[in-house]
Amino acid sequence: MSAALLEVHNLVKKYPAVTAVDGVSLAVPEGICFGLLGPNGAGKTTTIEIMEGILGASSGEVRYRGEPLGQRFKEETGILFQKTALQDFLTVRQSLALFRGLYAKGLAVDEVVKLCALEKLESRDSRKLSGGQLQRLLLAIALVNDPTLLFLDEPTTGLDPQARRNFWELVQSIKARNKTILLTTHYMEEAELLCDEIAIMDRGRIIAQGPPRRLLREHFAEVLLELPRQEFPEAARQLPLRLIEASDRVEITTDDLDGTLRVLMDARVPLTDLRIRPPNLEDLFLELTGKELRA
Amino acid sequence: MNLVSLARLIAVWHARNLEFVRDRGTLIFTLLVPVAMVIGMSFVFGGKERPLFKVGVLAAQVDHEAHPFLGERFVDFVAMPDEAAAIHKVARHDLDLLIDVRPPARYWVNPSSPKGYIIEKLLLEADRDAHRQPVSGEAVRYVDWLFPGVLGMNLMFSCLFGVGYVVLRYRKTGFLKRLHATPLSAFEFLSAQVLSRLTLTVVVTTVLYAGIASIIHFQNAGSLWLLAMLLVLGSLSMIALGLTIAARFSSEELVGGLLNLLTWPMMLLSGIWFSLEGSPQWVQWIAQIFPLTHLLDAARAVMLDGAGVAAISKDLAYLAVTAVAFLAFGAWSFRWRVE
Repeated sequence: MSAALLEVHNLVKKYPAVTAVDGVSLAVPEGICFGLLGPNGAGKTTTIEIMEGILGASSGEVRYRGEPLGQRFKEETGILFQKTALQDFLTVRQSLALFRGLYAKGLAVDEVVKLCALEKLESRDSRKLSGGQLQRLLLAIALVNDPTLLFLDEPTTGLDPQARRNFWELVQSIKARNKTILLTTHYMEEAELLCDEIAIMDRGRIIAQGPPRRLLREHFAEVLLELPRQEFPEAARQLPLRLIEASDRVEITTDDLDGTLRVLMDARVPLTDLRIRPPNLEDLFLELTGKELRA
Repeated sequence: MNLVSLARLIAVWHARNLEFVRDRGTLIFTLLVPVAMVIGMSFVFGGKERPLFKVGVLAAQVDHEAHPFLGERFVDFVAMPDEAAAIHKVARHDLDLLIDVRPPARYWVNPSSPKGYIIEKLLLEADRDAHRQPVSGEAVRYVDWLFPGVLGMNLMFSCLFGVGYVVLRYRKTGFLKRLHATPLSAFEFLSAQVLSRLTLTVVVTTVLYAGIASIIHFQNAGSLWLLAMLLVLGSLSMIALGLTIAARFSSEELVGGLLNLLTWPMMLLSGIWFSLEGSPQWVQWIAQIFPLTHLLDAARAVMLDGAGVAAISKDLAYLAVTAVAFLAFGAWSFRWRVE
């Protein structure tokens, strides 16, 4: 593994009524996509905004290339916030030109336009873009200085499934340019597809960290059986099985599929809507916290 | 500490200019309102004199017992310590008559002033031996006197609300937060906003000046360059004043209230609509706090009396000092995001 590009040591952010970030430490190696995963309110955005230098921490420190955040950090990073409005009445190209003018070095506006497939939208007022188009423009703005490190804070929240998939393809093409990406999301599918390493957050703390497949291997057996909760008899909850209860379903993990099915049939559990699938990050979060990721 | 980058400053300045020019509604409103106001005022007040007799008394204070004439009713007696300035006001019909009650009593009156003619009769009823000192000069039409006031009022609203609400909107929508993630410094951002608004104010005021002056047939008595300098310094002072309000707050109601708190006293006390001459001294002292008072006093001195740099140097200095002070305070208290 290469040296950490960005390091966070014992980060704490306290507000009068709540501790939003409670002792977070992590290191983001150069060249990977690092995912910060967690439900709404877990402290992801607060953590990433402290790492971006936008928000001050109550204690702890953030270091970029081993140094405190400074002008070099701002010149070499690109940021896509969860919510950003642009200047009114400017076209896509003019918005890009504005941000390009704020950096000493970077890509030509034409190159960024091409990279983010904005050619047909160049002369459109940015207020008249669809959600997916606006997100592409905001990503283009984040790339205009050809950053080494790219922050993406919940970049596909609110997008329709097609726009989300298009955006993922775009992020994958940026990954291929050897950029380091720090991504927050509450979509496990997004994290599984894009991230080389993840940290799962809950209540301001990191509760698991590592490559997604390794984490799944560590916490789950081979397969996961899923049954609708309302069809799962109360008596079956006493069976010698490893159960995880979600709001609408009951999950059973096992490395002995035949044996588990026999136990369920003997207990007369209806198996009509049974699904058998490999476990994913959402299951992992449920396993670790007892809560669903999208809660 | 960030070094100031001209390239970053120009990028933000250019984008703000584009935003303003493309906002057609605001642009048209900015241009049409003052024109309509001056034309309306010229109809309402054109050619009419103010109803009250105004008599200057050469003294530091008016002592109504010092002369029988000073006991007349319906006459506004105003103390005038400076003889030359007071005589000039008689010449311009700003005063209907000027009297020095020290024996032998002397008075100055403009023979071409109708009100001067009548008030002279009243004076001679009270003191037949008073010595007449004729003064000649053309009256200043009210519309000519009002013209700088309306331009100044438009400039005040444009500077205070234009900058105040724009920065507030940027902060509320998160655009400022996005800019904060770039190498742009607060000083560069604020300077770009000041320069952008200054550019727009200078262009709009110049267009309005030329347009309105041709409509009301106004002739400037002084230097246009001096007026331009006043325009720049006055705009800078009021833009920077707007930034002190917009620098920190995120509530539209609060910022709107604070901006109104600044604009309404200036509307009433800075001499847009009427002169404060003759009003209580404390009111005149308060008026001197406002940059608009200094801008209008100096602009009227240049436009109506042909004053030079020396005559308005105190006003120029006040505008320059307040511009720097307000900008420094704005940069110090600036917040990029909603707290």
